[in-house]
Amino acid sequence: MIRIENVSFRHGPTNILHDISLTIPKGGITALVGPNGAGKSSLLSLISRLQTLQEGSITIDGLPVDTTPNRQLAKVIAILRQDSIVASRLRVHELVGFGRFPHGRGRLTEEDRAIVGQSLQQFDLADLADRFIETLSGGQRQRALVAMAFCQGTDYLLLDEPLNNLDMYYARELMRSLRAIADEKGKTIVIVLHDINQAGAYADRIVAMKDGRLIADGAPAELLNTDILESVFGFRMPVEVVDGKPVALHFR
Amino acid sequence: MPDRRLLYLGLAALLCVAAFMTIGLRGNIGFVLGLRAAKLAALLQVSVSIAVSTVIFQTVTGNRILTPSIMGLDALYLFGQMLLVFLLGGMGYAALDPQFKFGGEVLVLMALATGLLLPMLRRRVDMGLMLLAGVIFGVLFRSLHSLLARLIDPNDFAVVQGASFANFNDVRTDLLVFAAVLTLVGAAIAWRARHVLDIVALGPDAATGLGVTWARTVTGLLLLVSALVAVSTALVGPVAFFGLLVVAVAERLVDTRRHAVLLPAAALTAVFILVGGQTLFQHALGNSSTLGVVIEFAGGLVFLLLLVLGSRK
Repeated sequence: MIRIENVSFRHGPTNILHDISLTIPKGGITALVGPNGAGKSSLLSLISRLQTLQEGSITIDGLPVDTTPNRQLAKVIAILRQDSIVASRLRVHELVGFGRFPHGRGRLTEEDRAIVGQSLQQFDLADLADRFIETLSGGQRQRALVAMAFCQGTDYLLLDEPLNNLDMYYARELMRSLRAIADEKGKTIVIVLHDINQAGAYADRIVAMKDGRLIADGAPAELLNTDILESVFGFRMPVEVVDGKPVALHFR
Repeated sequence: MPDRRLLYLGLAALLCVAAFMTIGLRGNIGFVLGLRAAKLAALLQVSVSIAVSTVIFQTVTGNRILTPSIMGLDALYLFGQMLLVFLLGGMGYAALDPQFKFGGEVLVLMALATGLLLPMLRRRVDMGLMLLAGVIFGVLFRSLHSLLARLIDPNDFAVVQGASFANFNDVRTDLLVFAAVLTLVGAAIAWRARHVLDIVALGPDAATGLGVTWARTVTGLLLLVSALVAVSTALVGPVAFFGLLVVAVAERLVDTRRHAVLLPAAALTAVFILVGGQTLFQHALGNSSTLGVVIEFAGGLVFLLLLVLGSRK
C-alpha cells in the first residue's frame, strides 16, 4: 500500500502540490490524469524518491520513502520517468538486464537471466534483444524502458506517461501487457496518462488532479462523466458508453 | 565478440611493451633495462590513470566529449602546485620530500575538484553548459597559474616550470612508487565499481530508481578521477586530448559501453598508443618529433570529429 499524507511540494516560489493525501492499495492499475502542470509527475517523483520530500509523509508498504535506504526501496518500487535518457552503445537485453541491478549489484545469475528473457517476451522485444538502443524507434525504446522497470521485479511500478511516442497499436499492446501483469502477477501500477479513454479502458481507478490538488477519485464508470471531466480539463465533452465502457469524445 | 577483441588488444599492448624494452639494446644491458623499466612503469601508470579517469568522467557527466583535462582538472593540479611554490618559496618547495609533496598535491586537487565540479554534477547539466564551464575553468586556472608564475621570483619559477608541459621522454621517476600505489588502488576501485558505473551512465533518475545513491556515488567517483588525474599530470604533465582519443578508439574497437569491457579496453588502448608511439619515436624516427605533439594533434582531430558527429544527431 502506498500511503501519501499531507504532502505539499514547492519549486522556488511556485506551489506545485497542495496538501495531497491519497492511499493506493495493493494491486490493480491506478491512473493519474489531469491537464499539463497539474503536478502528476511531481507526485510520482516524490513517491519514487527522485524528488526530496519537503512536507508530509509517504510510505510504501510501511517504508517511509525519505529515510529508507535507497537499495531497499529499489526492490519495492520501480519508476519510469518520461523522456529518460539512455546511454549509447547498449543492447536491448543489456538495458533490460540493468533492471536486475538492485538484486545482484550487477552480477546476473541464471534466475536473473530467466527473468530478463521473460520481460523481453512480455513486452514483445525478443526479436530486438541484440539491437543497440540508439537504432530503435522511439516506441521500441519506450517498450524497452518499460521492460527494464518490469524486470526490476518490484511489487509497485510507477510509469510517467509511458504511452508517449507509441502508435495506436503499441499503446494498446503496452496497456494490455500492464493489465496482464497487474492481473496475473498482482503488481500495483500507478500510471500517468494523457488519454482519458486509455485510463477509462484499462485502469481500475482514476485519480484526477488539477493545479496541484486532487479533485476527483473513483472507478472509471463514476469518473468519466461530462461534469467531472469539465471540472478537470475545463471544457465540456460528451461521454458515450461503447461496449459497456465510457468513452469521452474529447476531440469534438 | 568483445572478449576476443579485448584479447587482441592485450596482445598488441604486450607487443608494444616488449618492443619498448628490447629494441636497440646496446652497452651495459642491465643499466639500460633498469632505465627503460622505470620509464615503462611510468608510461603504464599514465596510460591506466588517463584511460580510467576519462571513462569514469564521461560516464558521470553522461557524454563522450568531455574529459577531465578538457574540464581543466590538470590545469587545476598545476595551479595547486604553483600555489605551493608561491606560499613556500622555491627553496622550501624543493626541500620537501617529493612523495610527501605529491601526496599533498593529490589531496589539494581532490578537494578543489570536488568543491568546483560537484555542484554541476549533482544534477546532470546540459552538455553545452558543461563544456563552456569547463573551457572557462581551464582558462581561469591556467591564467591564475601564469599570474602566480609572474609573481614569484625567477629561481622559484624554474622549479615548477619543468612540470608544466607534457613530456613523455623525461618522466618523473622519483614519484613512481607512490604513484603506482595510487594507480593500482584507483584502478581496483574502478573495476569493483564497473557495474555501478553501468547504472550511473543511465542518469540520476534511472540510477536512483535502481537503488544507487546518486550524490554519494558521484562524489566518490569524482574523488577517484581527481586522484588519477593527479597521477598522470605529476608524472608527465598535462595532456589535453589523449584521454578522449583513447576512449573514443577503445569504444569503436570493442563496440560497447559496458564498463567491464570498456575499462580494460581503454587502458590497453592507452598502453598501445603511448608505449608503442614512444618506441616508434625513439627508434624509428630518431626523436625527430615529440609524441606529445602528435597525440594532441590526433586527439584534437577526434574531438572535432565527435563534436561534428554529435551535433548531427
